Formats: sequence, structure tokens, C-alpha cells
Amino acid sequence: MDMYANNTVAGKIGERAMAEKSNAVKMRGENVNVFYGEKQALFDVNLDILENQVTAMIGPSGCGKSTFLRCLNRMNDTIDVCRVTGKITLDDENIYDPGVDVVELRARVGMVFQKPNPFPKSIRENIAYGPRIHGLTRSKTDLEEIVVTSLQKAGLFEEVKDRLDAPGTGLSGGQQQRLCIARAIAVQPSVILMDEPCSALDPIATAKVEELIDELRENYTIAIVTHSMQQAARVSQRTAMFHLGNLVEIDQTDKIFTNPEDKRTQDYITGRYG
Amino acid sequence: MTDMTTASPAAVARNAGSLLEHGDRTRNRHASERRFRILGLIAVGFGILALVGLLTSILVNGVSSFRQTYVTLDVQLDEAKLDKTGNRNTEELRKVTTFVYAPLIEKALAQFIEERGIAVEGLTKKDVSGIISKEAPASLRSVVLADPSKIGGTVSFDVLTDGRIDGYYKGRVTMASAELDRNVSPAQLKLADALKDAGALNTRFNWDFLTAPDASDTRPEAAGLGVAILGSAYMMLIVLALSLPIGVAASIYLEEFAPSNRITDTIEVNIANLAAVPSIVFGILGLAVFINYAGLPQSAPVVGGLVLMLMTLPTIIIATRAALKAVPPSIREAALGIGASKMQTIFHHVLPLAAPGILTGTIIGLAQALGETAPLLLIGMVAFVREYPSAPPEGFFDPASALPVQVYNWTQRGDPAFVERASGAIIVLLIFLVIMNGLAILLRRRFERRW
Ligand SMILES: Nc1ncnc2c1ncn2[C@@H]1O[C@H](COP(=O)(O)OP(=O)(O)OP(=O)(O)O)[C@@H](O)[C@H]1O
Ligand SMILES: [Mg+2]
Repeated sequence: MDMYANNTVAGKIGERAMAEKSNAVKMRGENVNVFYGEKQALFDVNLDILENQVTAMIGPSGCGKSTFLRCLNRMNDTIDVCRVTGKITLDDENIYDPGVDVVELRARVGMVFQKPNPFPKSIRENIAYGPRIHGLTRSKTDLEEIVVTSLQKAGLFEEVKDRLDAPGTGLSGGQQQRLCIARAIAVQPSVILMDEPCSALDPIATAKVEELIDELRENYTIAIVTHSMQQAARVSQRTAMFHLGNLVEIDQTDKIFTNPEDKRTQDYITGRYG
Repeated sequence: MTDMTTASPAAVARNAGSLLEHGDRTRNRHASERRFRILGLIAVGFGILALVGLLTSILVNGVSSFRQTYVTLDVQLDEAKLDKTGNRNTEELRKVTTFVYAPLIEKALAQFIEERGIAVEGLTKKDVSGIISKEAPASLRSVVLADPSKIGGTVSFDVLTDGRIDGYYKGRVTMASAELDRNVSPAQLKLADALKDAGALNTRFNWDFLTAPDASDTRPEAAGLGVAILGSAYMMLIVLALSLPIGVAASIYLEEFAPSNRITDTIEVNIANLAAVPSIVFGILGLAVFINYAGLPQSAPVVGGLVLMLMTLPTIIIATRAALKAVPPSIREAALGIGASKMQTIFHHVLPLAAPGILTGTIIGLAQALGETAPLLLIGMVAFVREYPSAPPEGFFDPASALPVQVYNWTQRGDPAFVERASGAIIVLLIFLVIMNGLAILLRRRFERRW
């Protein structure tokens, strides 16, 4: 037992050294291969997601960004033909271990989708649902507090405090997306995955969400897929470039955007790729 | 890129003329659109015409069954005849048959005729009693049995008239037809008219048509739908209670949990096929399995309900699966994404959104089952049943009839008065169907949500 503990501690120190930064590795993919039936969508991806940082994933359409993101909370399990090999760890535990309960995993690794998808229920119910099914609260007042703080953290509370019982689907697109973020936060995850969270939003709503992402970084680890170079540059600390199912490179965001190692990254960020 | 600059000659020709001038192609297109529209209108018109024709013929024939002709008489309930011991013992009162009650009514009628001085030429004593339905003594008997304290007094009683007299006021019987009819004479019709003038005979709304049991061939005027409606209601209860949970459970399993493999595919194809199996086949199945093998009683709503449940199941499963499929995947992802389990996702989010579709499918399935006749004929639901089935659950095993079977049954009988009854029964059936379909529409409107 002691030996084991020592090993992991030693391991962690080693990883930190590799990451060149004080942040610990929150999630790590090792030799991740993903297949949709016969078709391979990801090839031997090795990627670290550091704690309390925003990791952006960029790359041309169809390169496997969403696929990788969805591996991180095993959302791909819902696709029958999808098969994942390799290892993905959350706090050094393999999330693809047969003993892992996906429900527990997804409570810790929340997800925000490309299209805002609030439940067709009241705003309050949208937020309260997660904490309720996970048994996070004992009393109604506790639950109400979670609803309020989650909305506050998502920067939505002031806008909706008078109509918590109005349907969540009645909000504007940007508000709906922040509601979805609040809903993810309410479950108290440690990682939040976002798949093009702003692609359905106008510039003002996008700015708000980006601001929010920056604030959330303090308490959460965030992985975000985006098609906007500016967005990646604005919100992320590290950026991973994907191409045709391969991880081309991953580095500090400013380095990727100023001095990328790989020609393909260079081409992509200068707009020479679709 | 180069193509753009050197456009082909054809493109030039196209872009040259005025938009207001129509070329041959445009004119042809317009003509074919017009032709199609006319064809569509003709088809719709034909459909509406057929429907209107059908409804009118049913209404013309059937509406009159909701009205019935009665003679209101003061009937003396002679204690000496009805209760010889005078102790109002129900047991003994029950032993007094309708043969004892008949003369009481006849006496009351004769007395009324005498009092008012009604005289009709060529009227025999048999003719006078002949205008009263053979059912009337039985009705009087049940009035007395319900309240024995009336014995010894006089009650004002609406005596059901014979079907021919009733038919006279509905235009089915005329003086001319009465000449040729063995069952009624013109003298009887004149007597009826005289009674009407005296204010004793009138035609009023016929609740008994909805509540009374079926009656024998000679008493069309007394035939009602009570047992048939009860039987149909019992069967619908059974169908609903079994096919909704089974159908929804099966659909959820197939749609959400079943692995997609050969076996699942086979099951899916066969469910679709099952929906197309002729209903009589289900009747044969019911006869073989439920009656011959399982030993359930014939003519019982339980067997009818089980057979109709088998028929309804594919409809419900198909509708439910369509409704589940229609729930956008984003809702499932949203729920799964915050750590809801598959079961929670389905029961908290998917099922409520699919509910209107499921309910609509269920009601339409039930409506189909309500109108189904063929399988019920095979399991003996066509039997002549005069006893009301008792309350459920025992009542499920009592013999009963069903609405569509009652229609079929009545059309088989000789007396033209039964044609009226059959049409009336169709109207009742149609009203139930309209109500059920209306309910389906209402539910859909009520629960329809945007997402
Ligand atoms: N459910 C699926 N079944 C089969 N193939 C899929 C499925 N989802 C994705 N793929 C394939 O996997 C590859 C990667 O898809 P993915 O959605 O991860 O791309 P992406 O980088 O997110 O693209 P985009 O930027 O357009 O969202 C694509 O070739 C796609 O066709
Ligand atoms: Mg994507």
C-alpha cells in the first residue's frame, strides 16, 4: 500500500516536471485510438489536460476534436459502433477501467454542447435536476442555494432571477448556453468539457461566455473545442492541434499561435486550411 | 473559374427574355400544376361525398332509435295478485312472473279506453293488448321488485308500445303496410292515434336504448345497448391496462436498450408485420389459446380483451417507438452529460416528451379495438346476452356482448325495426370513436412542447 502511494506521488512529480508548469495533470490520454465501426477516427493520441487551465482543441472539420472530447467523459459509449482503445485517466484513474461507473464519471466530468440544449422545463428545474439525482442536497433550501450560486457563477442570475419558473427554452441562445453551463456547474464537476459552445451564439453572447470560461478556470479544469482561432487565443492557456485523427502538437497557446513547430499548425492558423 | 466568364449559349438564351413573357416550358409547367390541383380536388371531393353519404344514411336510419313511443297509464298493483301473503317478502315477490303483470297493464289500458270513450271500429280485445310491448310486463315487474311498498296502490307507468306502433310514428309503418302485415292492423294504428289525441301516448327520448340489454326477435322496441356498452367498456379496460404498459415497456427496451443485432431486427420486422395481420386471425388464436387451451369462458370480456390487446399491441409499439425516436438526441445528451443514468434519462426526460405521441397511439389503438368485430365473433361474443355482467373483476368473466358485434347481430334479424336499432348502435359507436379521437387530439395539443 505504501509502496503504491509512493509510486503515484513520484509519478505525479515526474508529470509535473514534464508539463513545465506548476499545474498538475488532471486528465491524460495515452495512446488513444477511436474507431467508428471499421473507420478509425483517432490515432494514438497522447494528450494532457492540466488542472485549472483551459485547454483548447483546434483543427479542421472532421479531424476528431469532438471525438476526443467525448472520450473524456465516455459520451461515446452511447454510440453503438464506437470503440476506444488506450488509456484515459482522470486523477490517475483509468476512466475506461471496467470497474468505473460512467454516471459517477460524468458527474465529475461535465459537458456543454455545441447547441444549447436546456431541458424543456423551468430554469430552476434545469439546474436542480443534476444535484437532485446525485443526492447532493438534503433540503429544499440547500437546493435553492445551489440553483442560485450556479446561476451566479454562470453570470446568468441577474438576468433570470425574476423568472426562475419560466421555461429554460424561452431564453435567448446565449442565455440558454450559460444556463447549460450553470447546469453543468451545479453537479460540482472538476472538469468541464465544451464542444464549440459559442458556435450558435452572436458575438456579444460569445464574449460573455468567453469571459465566463476565463472565470471558471479558477475552480475547474476546462477543455474546449473551437473553430475560432481568436477564441482559442483568448481563453486558453494550452492549445492542441488535431489533423486527420492525429494530434499534431500541443503546447502553450501563445507558442502555438506565434511559433508553431509543425507546418500543418502553421497552415491552419494562418487560414490555409479549410 | 474560367466557365463563369464564357457562359454557354443556352444560359445566354435563358437569361435574355423578359420575366413577364412565359416560354413553352413555363406554360407546360403551369398546365401540369393546374391538372394536378384539379385531380386532387376531385379526389378530396369524392372522399367527402362518400363520407357525407355514409353519415346521412346512418343518421337517417338510426337517429329515431333514440326516441321511443310509450303509453302512460295508471296501473293498479293488485295486492291479491302480486303478493298473496301480504308480507312483501322479496323472495316470494320474485316468484311472481310477468304473466301475472301482463293482465294488470291490459286492464289499465282497457279502463283508460273506456273512461275516455275511445271507440275504434273493428278493434278486438286482442288488438288492444297487442299495442303493448311484450316487454312492458317485465319492466313493470322490475319497478315493483325495486320498491315493493308500491303494491296495493296505483302507479303512473310508461308502458312501452309494440315495435309496429312505434314504427308508425317513425314513418316505418303506414296504414297501407298495416293492411298487409300480420303483426299489426289498421285498427290498432287508429287506436294509437286516439290514445295520442287523448294525451296518453307520446314519443320521447329513449334512455333504455343506451341502458337496456338486448331483446329477443319479437321485441325490437325493447332492445338496448346496455350489455354491449358494458362489454365493450370492460374489454377496453383490459386492453388499456395490458397493452399500454406492455407496449411501452417493449418499445423502450427495443428503442433504447436492445443491442442492434439480427434478433432485434427480426423482432422489429415481425412487429411491423403483426400490425398487418387480419384481425380474424387473432380471433382464431384467441379461440385456440385462451378458450380451448387456457379454458377461459366463451363470450367473456376477458377473452375479447386479451385478443384485442394482442391486436392493439403492435399499433402501440409502433407509435411509441416513433414518439421515442422523435425526441431530439440533444435532450438525451444533456441528461447523460450531467451524469443521469440511462434509466433516469429515459424516465425523466425522454418518456415525458414522448408521452403525447404514446397516448395518441394508444387511443388510436383503442379506437381500432373498439370497432373490431371479426375476432369477437370467433370467441362467441355474438351470443344473445340479457344479463348484465357483474362489476369487475368478476364481471370480466361473465358473458357480455360488444358494440360492433351488437350491430352485426341486429342486422341479422328479421324485423325491420332492428335495422333502426343497428343504425342507432352505429351512431353510439361513432360517438365513442369521435370522443376518443377528440381526446387524442386534445392530449396532443395539451402536451405538445417545443424543445
Ligand atoms: N457517430 C459517428 N459514426 C461514425 N463516424 C463518426 C461519428 N462521429 C464522428 N465520426 C467520424 O469521425 C471523424 C471525426 O469526427 P469529429 O466529430 O470528432 O470531428 P470534429 O473534429 O469534431 O469536426 P467538426 O469540427 O466538424 O465538429 C469524422 O471523420 C467523422 O465522420
Ligand atoms: Mg465537432
